[in-house]
Amino acid sequence: MAASESYPDDLLYHPEHDWARVDGDEAVLGVTWYAQDSLGELVHYEAPDVGATIAKDSSYGEVESVKAVSDVIAPLSGEVLEVNQAVVDAPETVNEDPYGAGWLIRVRLSNPEELSELLDPAGYRAVLEDA
Amino acid sequence: MSYLSVTDADREAMLAAIGVASVDELFREIPDGVRFGRELDVAPALTEAELQRHLEELASRNSVEEICFLGGGIYDHYVPAVVDAVLQRGELLTAYTPYQPEMSQGVLQAIFEYQTAICELTGMDVSNASGYDGATVAADACFVAKNVTGRSRVVVTEATSPQVRRVVETYAPGFGLEVVEVPHENGATDPERVREAAGDAAAVIFQHPNFFGVLEDAPALASAAGEALPIAHVDLVSLGVLEAPGAYGCAMAIGEGQSAGNAMSYGGPHYGFLAARTDLVRRLPGRIVGETVDMNGERGFVLTLQTREQHIRREKATSNITTNQTLLALAGLVHLSLLGPHGLREVGEACLALTHYARGRLSEAGLEAAFPERANFKELVVRTGRDGREALAAARATGVYAGYPLGRDYAGLEDALLIAFTEKRTVEEIDRLVEALS
Amino acid sequence: MKLIYEKSQPGRRGLGVPKPDLPVPAVPESLRRKEPPRLPELAEPEVLRHFTELSRRNFGIDTGFYPLGSCTMKYNPRINERLVGLPGFASLHPLVEDDAAQGALELEWNLQEILLEVTGLDAVSLQPAAGSQGELTGLMLFRAYFADRGEGEQRRKIVIPDTAHGTNPASVTMAGFELTHVKTDARGNIDVEDLRAKVDGETAGLMLTNPSTLGLFDENIEEIERIFHGAGALMYYDGANLNAVCGISRPGDMGFDVVHINLHKTFSQPHGGGGPGGGPIAVRGILEPYLPVPVVVRENGTFRLEHDRPKTIGKVRGFSGPFGVFVRSYAFMRSYGPGLREMSEVAVLNANYLLAQLKDAYDLPYERLCMHEFVLSARALKKEHGISALDVAKRLMDYGFHPPTVYFPLVVPEALMIEPTESEAKETLDAFIDAMRAIAREAAEEPELLRDAPHDRPVRRLDEVRAAKQPVLRYAFPS
Repeated sequence: MAASESYPDDLLYHPEHDWARVDGDEAVLGVTWYAQDSLGELVHYEAPDVGATIAKDSSYGEVESVKAVSDVIAPLSGEVLEVNQAVVDAPETVNEDPYGAGWLIRVRLSNPEELSELLDPAGYRAVLEDA
Repeated sequence: MSYLSVTDADREAMLAAIGVASVDELFREIPDGVRFGRELDVAPALTEAELQRHLEELASRNSVEEICFLGGGIYDHYVPAVVDAVLQRGELLTAYTPYQPEMSQGVLQAIFEYQTAICELTGMDVSNASGYDGATVAADACFVAKNVTGRSRVVVTEATSPQVRRVVETYAPGFGLEVVEVPHENGATDPERVREAAGDAAAVIFQHPNFFGVLEDAPALASAAGEALPIAHVDLVSLGVLEAPGAYGCAMAIGEGQSAGNAMSYGGPHYGFLAARTDLVRRLPGRIVGETVDMNGERGFVLTLQTREQHIRREKATSNITTNQTLLALAGLVHLSLLGPHGLREVGEACLALTHYARGRLSEAGLEAAFPERANFKELVVRTGRDGREALAAARATGVYAGYPLGRDYAGLEDALLIAFTEKRTVEEIDRLVEALS
Repeated sequence: MKLIYEKSQPGRRGLGVPKPDLPVPAVPESLRRKEPPRLPELAEPEVLRHFTELSRRNFGIDTGFYPLGSCTMKYNPRINERLVGLPGFASLHPLVEDDAAQGALELEWNLQEILLEVTGLDAVSLQPAAGSQGELTGLMLFRAYFADRGEGEQRRKIVIPDTAHGTNPASVTMAGFELTHVKTDARGNIDVEDLRAKVDGETAGLMLTNPSTLGLFDENIEEIERIFHGAGALMYYDGANLNAVCGISRPGDMGFDVVHINLHKTFSQPHGGGGPGGGPIAVRGILEPYLPVPVVVRENGTFRLEHDRPKTIGKVRGFSGPFGVFVRSYAFMRSYGPGLREMSEVAVLNANYLLAQLKDAYDLPYERLCMHEFVLSARALKKEHGISALDVAKRLMDYGFHPPTVYFPLVVPEALMIEPTESEAKETLDAFIDAMRAIAREAAEEPELLRDAPHDRPVRRLDEVRAAKQPVLRYAFPS
């Protein structure tokens, strides 16, 4: 059962359809409702290793549905502290709850200045209008 | 004779519906500079009867009456009539790739059964739906190994078919691979030499039985690969009597499937098989069929894990392969289904027995095996006492195609012939071979 | 329907094997098979019935209309099956000396000559086993050519349009090049200004299908040729859509330096449920030295295979290529003679007829005549009735047709790519038109009929998500 469309106010967004929930010098990252809707039901999540370094605007993993595969783009740079094993085991969690149980990784931020480059919900919705 | 239905009346009606005055107008968007302004300079069209006469004339100028002792990767095994009957079913012959599964349950189930047979024979967990041939699947396997291990060196035994090695070398630069060969010693490969070469390699590929028909110490070669993926290049028809690569630690099993179900047909089309351990499945090239259910809970089959493939993953695909060799693989499945495990064992035993008999008779006639201490499956390298090509010519003059001269492919074997003995050969034919070479 | 393994009974056998009256030497213990493979055990009648039953659950060109865009599902002449089975072809071993294969080599030579005439180029290799392999071989020729000229390091990039078939970028990766994409404009041509900015001294070449995957002939092909050759780069032609232009426009005349031909599309080799195919390449003279070996050579009226060519890229496949495919394609070409042009004319006529009759019922992304195929969009049906291209495809099955290609090319949303080919009668086209129009009406009036389709096939819609999440890729024998 996919979630209904939403873009929560407490998150920051990247134009490649990824979100970040920032908490001090850490952030939890995931993909937006639009991303999971475009892909369809997810069947596989190729996650990075804990301890890996990720860079803003680069791919840190992949999500796959039956008919498509998509890079997951990092909205921020940092070190991977935790991978959501629940999504590895049941990728459809992302479709059901993309902002809650469907989080993908938790990172320690290396460049907090990058936060200023991210979009708020209105800014992200504007990107979707243009798409 | 063309296969067109269109009549003048049809043409007129269609042009009117489209709203153009002539067929030529349909091509008006092609710039004049690239319009072909004349008739194709090819021979006039033939009727079916004339076509048959022409092709029969061409076929008559190929020599197929000599007793065939040729091997070297393609073999004169018996292809049963049921294989032909199945391949002539138009619903299978003229079907496309099964992207629309509800239209293609026949092909999909057949591929699933084929995948199962290949896994059973090779002792592997997963098989793809076929590759182009026994040489290109070796290149495919190198690409898998590189992606899995991150390493760029591949070790191949010299006793692996020259064609296979040449194709791997051709693909290697594009893949960024370095290929290292381990020389054969007296017709087989020393595991210690493999161990030395395999440090920091992505894969070790060895053919077993090897190109000389010799049984390698396959388990030792597999274990000598160390951290590299051991990849056995095997003969399906040998796997009724020889151990499965999966049972002695191989990561992948590949090979040329022609021996099961395909006519020799001057080199193709045939099929390459590629099977692997479960953990490699997401890296495998080619199509894979999986089992599922439909909306009524009925079992059905679909192409699956398609995100590996070119039509979805494009430049990051595990391979560019699209068209494969499904119909030929299906022929292999039919043949193996007719043989069953006991029939397959009997084919293997016939090959072993005939090769052993031939070896004895040839030796009596002073034609020694080049690698006398080695055990063989269905091929033998025999020293003829003169240039291999001369010995072949003399034999052909008596109606015996005695074998393949190895001089062009291997140093020190200029006087040798590679001779194959399938279950189609008889004691009488072997006696004639001995006479032809003496 | 049961799997063949589920029909197996211990003790049954379908094929006897000759048993020579000879001792069987023992295989060394460490190499000997311990457990027999669990192959099926059935008698011959049951085996034949099983595969007959499988065939009846399948749909081929022999069954009905199969308008898959870019696949060219034309009639596969039955005489070709008889010819391929002639013992002089079927029983010929590929390692025989050339004097024993003069008929085969002459056939290969003749086939090459026809391909040269159709493509307008200088030399052919028949070796590649499929279009994809032809692509890879062509790119290997590019690399060898530039390396030979000392430009190997700098010429890293291959340009492809965003409408390209997925094999093109995959081949680029396998050949070790880098990809550059170029946009398509509103008329469906390559955007020439975008192209000009992207082609320079680092470009190795272009990969293009013309007509494109949209079924449209690139009107700027002459300018494109000037841009690439002007930059010292080469041009590769993906021959997937050659059926539109045989005898009408030649890739060599368009400026292409390498062309692959899909024998299983344009020249009637049956698709066999996924293969075999044939992907021979024709090349301009500058690339001939690099062709794979062996090459068929004619000297004093006899033919031979030449293996020793110093600049060859090597081998991409065993032997000289898939010979049985050559027999069928050659026979097809000889049946048409110069009439291969009429073949293309009718392919384009049939496609334009369907387009004219369907463009009001579906969205037409590009307002032009098409070539041998065209793309419609079900976008309006999606928006107004929630019906997708997939639903249309599944419902066509109930009308007795194989669906067209869907969701390709990627630049058109809810794409339906339709290619009738030249071998269809007008009545078939009319029946297809009626079905497509009926489905458009059903989308508005009875959409559940589409969402639940197909209704009359051996299975209903299948759970592909489950197949990907819990892969079952072989039969699980009961323990």
